[in-house]
Amino acid sequence: MSMPMFAAGDDPGASFPELLRRMGLQAVAPTSDASDLLTPHATTCIALRFADGVVMAGDRRATSGNLISHRSMEKLVQADAFSGVAIAGAAGPAMEMIKLFQLQLEHYEKVEGSSLSLEGKANQLSMMVRSNLPAAMQGLAVVPIFGGFDLRRNTGRLWTYDVTGGRYEEHEFVSTGSGSLHAGTVIKLGHRPQITRDEAINLACRALWEAADADSATGGPDALRGIYPVVATITAQGWQRIGDDDLAARYVTIASEMRSRT
Amino acid sequence: MSMPYYVAPEQIMKDRADYARKGIARGRAMVALRYAGGIALVAENPSNTLRKVSEIYDRIAFAGVGKYNEFDQLRVAGVRAADLKGFQYSRDDVDARSLANSYAQMLGQTFTHEMKPMEVEILVAEVAHDDVSDQLFHILYDGTVVDERRFSVLGGDAEAITSRLNESWTEGLELDACLRAAVAALSGPDRQLVADDLEVALLDRAAARRCFRRLDDNVVEAYLATSPPSSE
Repeated sequence: MSMPMFAAGDDPGASFPELLRRMGLQAVAPTSDASDLLTPHATTCIALRFADGVVMAGDRRATSGNLISHRSMEKLVQADAFSGVAIAGAAGPAMEMIKLFQLQLEHYEKVEGSSLSLEGKANQLSMMVRSNLPAAMQGLAVVPIFGGFDLRRNTGRLWTYDVTGGRYEEHEFVSTGSGSLHAGTVIKLGHRPQITRDEAINLACRALWEAADADSATGGPDALRGIYPVVATITAQGWQRIGDDDLAARYVTIASEMRSRT
Repeated sequence: MSMPYYVAPEQIMKDRADYARKGIARGRAMVALRYAGGIALVAENPSNTLRKVSEIYDRIAFAGVGKYNEFDQLRVAGVRAADLKGFQYSRDDVDARSLANSYAQMLGQTFTHEMKPMEVEILVAEVAHDDVSDQLFHILYDGTVVDERRFSVLGGDAEAITSRLNESWTEGLELDACLRAAVAALSGPDRQLVADDLEVALLDRAAARRCFRRLDDNVVEAYLATSPPSSE
């Protein structure tokens, strides 16, 4: 293990991406068009605010062109104790960005001795998306959403991004990926400002169901293999992932509602 | 041009060692002890913001005594080395032994080649998944590494504190008894340290991933207040 030491005026500080760059370990963007390589793509992720925080959810499917390349990919992950990140886009760079983002939050916390503010975390992610722009221009775009509980303001907050690193805070819900139009519409119709945690989880499940129903790149609940979306809530108590048994029961209810209508 | 006076290498090394030792002895001490649930790190530190004990990685903690800016620089280098290694390979590949070796190389290099040795003593502690493989690496200002089994004492007055801990430390101590032993050893016979004078952190064996945890003053106070079991 080599010890990275820097002169006082030339120190990368608490930035892990900057440290990687100094050590020559950062990812290199492709120099020609990579969009027809048929690399796996991750798809639909959503997040919405409820009374005590935010709910985030992501389906599990990754596609390569018209083929399903993974059925159980986890695009929504815990970023740190009070935030989560979900990513749609080219799966390789997306997973790398998630890993780097998680590491950056932890690295900052250890080097500085205190956590970043939620706004600071959102800004960090923005810079990472922007640094992926050369790869995005070659077809490997990555578009995350970020949500968390702001301990200083005592409220849940959400951000959506564009490929250039643009960062936009939303007050109701955010969605990203190929099924985002359908999922977003479902949430838009069902969302109220003081929605409860339980209702918000149901709404997220329903939104992914409708996205999977209309978008071939979004995976629905797979009862046969026992694969359900990743759903989590983030409140003042921190990140809490919803168990598969709970989700299975919710989807049984949704399915029976659908059946009763036909 | 005048010729520099000849100074024997033995004398140079001795002067440097004396210089470093004096610097370290001026600072307050810290101890790290194994207990039933992991490793406890207890430092005498009146500051609530300038830390002597901190987290390096999932199961690894760092402690330093002596000159603050020097051991803090070492701490940050350790965090960087560990995070880089975990990023390049796997989180499981980051271990205290290799980190301790790197620190030893660096301190040794500085001691022999630089004008001024570092006035620090540091500790790299790793809590194992089982209760027999915990590791405590005590690294001195000249790069000497000592692998300690039971507890480790850093800083001024280390000999007296070690002899007091030799009396009170036993295998498999519970956390409250372990903290009382540590505080009694740090205090010595003539004074009584309270929670506000201390910086206490744990490497908690049972934690899911990040084992490092600081204990607040009121928690420490509660542990210290528990009356010792009357075994006699």
